[in-house]
Amino acid sequence: MAEPVLSLRDLRVTFPTPAGPARAVRGIDLDVMAGESVAVVGESGSGKSVTMLATLGLLPKAEVSGSVRYNDTELVGADVDTLRSVRGRRISMVFQDPMTSLNPVLTIGKQMALVMKAHQPELSKKDCRSKAVDLLHQVAIPQAARRIDAYPHELSGGMRQRVMIAMSIANDPEVLIADEPTTALDVTVQAQIMELLQTLRVEKNLALVLITHDLGVVAGSADRVAVMYAGRIVERSPVRDLFADPQHPYSRALLECLPRLDQKQEVVSSIGGTPPNPADLPTGCPFAPRCPMALPSCTQAEPTLVRFRTSEVACNIVSGGDRAEAQA
Amino acid sequence: MTHVNSATDVIAPPRRLRKGRPEWLRGPALVGVIAIVAWVLVALTVPWWTPYDPLASVGDRLVGPSLKHLMGTDQLGRDVFTRTLWGSRTSLPVAFVVIVSSVILGTLVGAVSGFFGGWIDAVLMRFVDITMAFPPILLAMAITASLGPGVRNALIAMVLVWWPIYARLLRAQVIAVKQREYVESAEAIGVKRFTILRRYVLPMAYTPVLVNATMDFGQVVLLTASLSFIGLGARPPSPEWGAMITEGATQFYSWWIATAPGLAILMVVLAFNYLGDALRDSFDVKAGL
Repeated sequence: MAEPVLSLRDLRVTFPTPAGPARAVRGIDLDVMAGESVAVVGESGSGKSVTMLATLGLLPKAEVSGSVRYNDTELVGADVDTLRSVRGRRISMVFQDPMTSLNPVLTIGKQMALVMKAHQPELSKKDCRSKAVDLLHQVAIPQAARRIDAYPHELSGGMRQRVMIAMSIANDPEVLIADEPTTALDVTVQAQIMELLQTLRVEKNLALVLITHDLGVVAGSADRVAVMYAGRIVERSPVRDLFADPQHPYSRALLECLPRLDQKQEVVSSIGGTPPNPADLPTGCPFAPRCPMALPSCTQAEPTLVRFRTSEVACNIVSGGDRAEAQA
Repeated sequence: MTHVNSATDVIAPPRRLRKGRPEWLRGPALVGVIAIVAWVLVALTVPWWTPYDPLASVGDRLVGPSLKHLMGTDQLGRDVFTRTLWGSRTSLPVAFVVIVSSVILGTLVGAVSGFFGGWIDAVLMRFVDITMAFPPILLAMAITASLGPGVRNALIAMVLVWWPIYARLLRAQVIAVKQREYVESAEAIGVKRFTILRRYVLPMAYTPVLVNATMDFGQVVLLTASLSFIGLGARPPSPEWGAMITEGATQFYSWWIATAPGLAILMVVLAFNYLGDALRDSFDVKAGL
């Protein structure tokens, strides 16, 4: 099997807070292969964004432990220069809100040039400009040669997200982390942006890590899915299997929240309760208080990921059921 | 601040594209700008058109205002109006150098302090605290006195007193701006930290400093005159407003001697306050410190 380009091992992120340490990420293992698309799914506060920010060393105030390897480079605890040489050049990132993610006082072309020069200082102004126009073409911005001199406020949200994507691939990275790239956009524009990301992934053999809470986005664009809850991965499956046969009760509940066209439905269902406070996690399975299937034993020990058919699941009931099946 | 993100701003044409006079340049601000321009022209050109030498005795002593001597003459028979006009050649350049130096020094310290934080911030801000613990005029007096009276030393003293204001102001802005998402986004994409500070953070943090600097210009003119008034700045016989008021104060019945430079100070200070106020309202800067 091929070596992963990005590999997280037992990644833990803890924020010191006045209320005690908030354990936002509690031991994540994740491999990303070249050119594949992995989705990380979960509610707000499940630790998905924090995981990715920690990957790039963008959390100066947090305690990060475990390991993040990009090919042979260890990134946890790496010095500033190493991190900077990886950011944007090897692993790049697109943020959620294109309205606030561009520098309002620089034209598109100028900020793209700064991004390119950060990793390729030998480029001349002219090279940067022609490369920027090229990139804008690649992300399907019409009249790229004119738009390059526009300021961000002159562009629509969808356009700005395209510019963000163009900037994030300006230095030909191998891994692109997209943190909820479509959350702030109109539904029609969302589809276009996802399509663009897929096209780029195939053309440039990019590994795509898609952070999202939108399972609709996941279904169309990911190869594998990791479902996160309270700072841990609770289920890891190929995307088909997750939708056809979700194992973890949390994955099942998330899927039930999707409105369906083939069934008459009065009310869109939701998951009762709220995610636990990372500074004050319950003992046992953190999902147990909200879990419709919880047994008394669920509040005793926190389950770990166990292989189950094509998936890996962290649930006492599912893995217990597996043993029962095996015994029968 | 927030208007950058608001929906209305996306639709409205950007401010710099509108033609003609800027919106803030009306009423008192316009008066202020006219007064400032007039004084600057005077300062630049006065040697070529005043009929009198500011340092020479050109008439009888202590004569009241007349057509020949618009603001009368002083105890040495020098023309007060001419001397007042010449006074701008000290006050305006001194204030300009003080403000520019203070802004540069304050910017360097404030930007580094706010952007990098940590112990650098702690050390630099303690220097700022120490300076700001004293009333500016007292500290400026003390420094000038210890360096020795004179315009140059007064200028150095004023810079030392003034820069911490801008350092503090800019630091607060930088801390606010560096938490914006586009700064984090630039960092995630590998832009150098220094570039981020220079091209991403400073342009968005600088407005309050420039507005405050405009307003402070008048204050520095006043402080220069104050230092000269108590004999620490410009010395007689040089035509400096503060020094002239000191001379006039001893000639109680020749009211015009102190009145002319007093009016000049009033005009310049008011003009810069008007301008600064308008700029502050226009750029929507929260009240300073």
